[in-house]
Amino acid sequence: MQKRQFLNATALAVLALAGGQVMAQSNTFKIGLILPMTGQQATTGRQIEAAAKLYMAQNGDMIGGKKVELIIKDDTSIPDVTKRLAQELVVNDKVNVLAGMGITPSALATAAIATQSKTPLVVMAAATSSITEASPYVVRTSFTLPQASVALADWAPKNGIKKVVTLVSDYGPGIDAEKFFKERMLFNGGQITESLRVPLRNPDFAPFLQKVRDLKPDALFVFVPSGAGAAVMKQFLERGMDKAGIKLIGTGDVTDDDQLNDMGDGALGVVTSHHYSAAHPSPLNKKFVDAFQKANKGLRPNFMAVGGYDGMRVIYEALKVTKGNGGGDALLAAMKGQIFESPRGPMFIDAQTRDVVQNIYLRKVERKDGQLYNIEFDVIKDVKDPGKAR
Amino acid sequence: MLTILFDGIAYGMLLFILAVGLAVTMGLMNFINLAHGAFAMVGGYITVLLMQRLDVPFLLCLPAAFLGAALLGAVLERTLYRPLYHKPHLDQVLFSIGLTFMAVAAVDYFVGSTQQILQLPEWLKGRTELGEGAWMLGMGHYRLFIIAVCAALTVALQYILTKTRFGSRLRASVDDQRVAAGLGINVNVVFLSTFAVGSGLAGLGGALGADVLGMDPTFPLKFMIYFLIVVAVGGTSSITGPLLAALLLGIADVAGKYYIPKLGAFIVYSLMIVILVWRPQGLFVRKGGKS
Repeated sequence: MQKRQFLNATALAVLALAGGQVMAQSNTFKIGLILPMTGQQATTGRQIEAAAKLYMAQNGDMIGGKKVELIIKDDTSIPDVTKRLAQELVVNDKVNVLAGMGITPSALATAAIATQSKTPLVVMAAATSSITEASPYVVRTSFTLPQASVALADWAPKNGIKKVVTLVSDYGPGIDAEKFFKERMLFNGGQITESLRVPLRNPDFAPFLQKVRDLKPDALFVFVPSGAGAAVMKQFLERGMDKAGIKLIGTGDVTDDDQLNDMGDGALGVVTSHHYSAAHPSPLNKKFVDAFQKANKGLRPNFMAVGGYDGMRVIYEALKVTKGNGGGDALLAAMKGQIFESPRGPMFIDAQTRDVVQNIYLRKVERKDGQLYNIEFDVIKDVKDPGKAR
Repeated sequence: MLTILFDGIAYGMLLFILAVGLAVTMGLMNFINLAHGAFAMVGGYITVLLMQRLDVPFLLCLPAAFLGAALLGAVLERTLYRPLYHKPHLDQVLFSIGLTFMAVAAVDYFVGSTQQILQLPEWLKGRTELGEGAWMLGMGHYRLFIIAVCAALTVALQYILTKTRFGSRLRASVDDQRVAAGLGINVNVVFLSTFAVGSGLAGLGGALGADVLGMDPTFPLKFMIYFLIVVAVGGTSSITGPLLAALLLGIADVAGKYYIPKLGAFIVYSLMIVILVWRPQGLFVRKGGKS
């Protein structure tokens, strides 16, 4: 009898092991990456896709016994489409992680799906503060606008900028930037003489800039989406506002690495605050920029690329920690609290808010090796998203 | 204050060049061409690409943009537009808006969707200031340039339409095609060249506007509404109507955004509604002309 039981048990164990192996072999770990690959925000999609592929090329695709598969979908920046794609990815493709999200409305549209299906959603671009509060499954690796603008409001009054006019695009991130910049400026003893909001699709910035010029502030704080940033800057210079003693400051979207070189010498000296510059002086960043440019015909990585690159890192590490087992909750737990060095510098994922905590750098546009770069000259360490403080 | 007026005039003039081609096709040829903005975009992209990739000087790009857009207009008129002249307006609208979406997608595919930035030559970048205080007049050189080009164009167009033989042929062809053809006017050629010139003007407008308005694949959709407002307010039967309408709207838009930034974007629309309630056919309508 005993022998028989032993044989049975062994047979069962062998079967279980074999079965387990079969399962492990057929198991792939799927990442559903939803990005705007066409339309207004296509550069965001292109940068993040390139960065994600670079990360996979550098770190292999066998992690924790699973083969990592990247499924890229184009949502053309339309939230309805993002939501539908996310549903398809979760239900049909059974993805383990959702990622990407070029704009805030897309991220918000997908949040509910992440919650219902208990799928971690790694936000790599969208930067409105409230996104991480929309679902307990959201983890962010990009940045938030309050984070970037508050740092600038800390720096400005110490550097002779007391009176500021703000000019933002009239939508979520713009209003975030305006609000948090203003509050912190007032707190630091500065003044906001006027807050201008321009329509998101504004044909001509002339009247707004003329108004700023007539108000004669020490500086103009700008947040507009990166394409429009160049137009604002050009008209700012053509209006001779720099000669009238008005400085141009803003979040790093205005001097996006992707477009900075096209802006020409007029951009020289513009001060911005942001979490990433392609010229960040660290060996890791140099390696990242070189590899990125080599893989993408000289395209320079911008802050979107680094958000995607670090997003992949967060997913990979979570997969390693859970050893390929465990569902969404285990992955999420492994994503929270990750501390690591990114090409942008040290950062971590705050375990409470699941939002990124990172250094915010003050940068000035300078010429280096014949190209324009945002050169960092000051840093505010470990900035937590101020939008979460309340 | 004078600066605002100046900026408004420059902006209005730009709208005028962009829209005048539409006024011609819509008013004189009675064809609803919503793809007009696509021709403007073609001109803008010709300029941007020539300057960025081939280092062609800006002043040479302007005629290139005009010719490129005019040539494309001529080809499309012959192949796609002509069969639709006698179709109902709804067909024309659907056709031309479809064409617009195709243009948007095509540019997105071939050039990419980023905002294109062009570098004006140094002599157009500066700014001249006169006077002091509230009456200070600051003139951007580029905006001065736009105003000069537009003024010259307006005079030339007005002259061609009212004083030349071509102008009378065009007007005759529009009023009664059959009789005009009977008199030995080649109506097809007249329409072809008119359409080409209209498209060329749009292309020139796009080239001039690329710096001020920005150039990305959504350009035709973004500005379609402005062209239509200019044409609707100005009426379609003359050159002066759209000109004055464009100036009025340009100044109202700029001044509105300056003085009441919160409402700024709506001023144009309110103005349009008021004018159209007051004069449904547009501000300036030729007596007895087609409306």
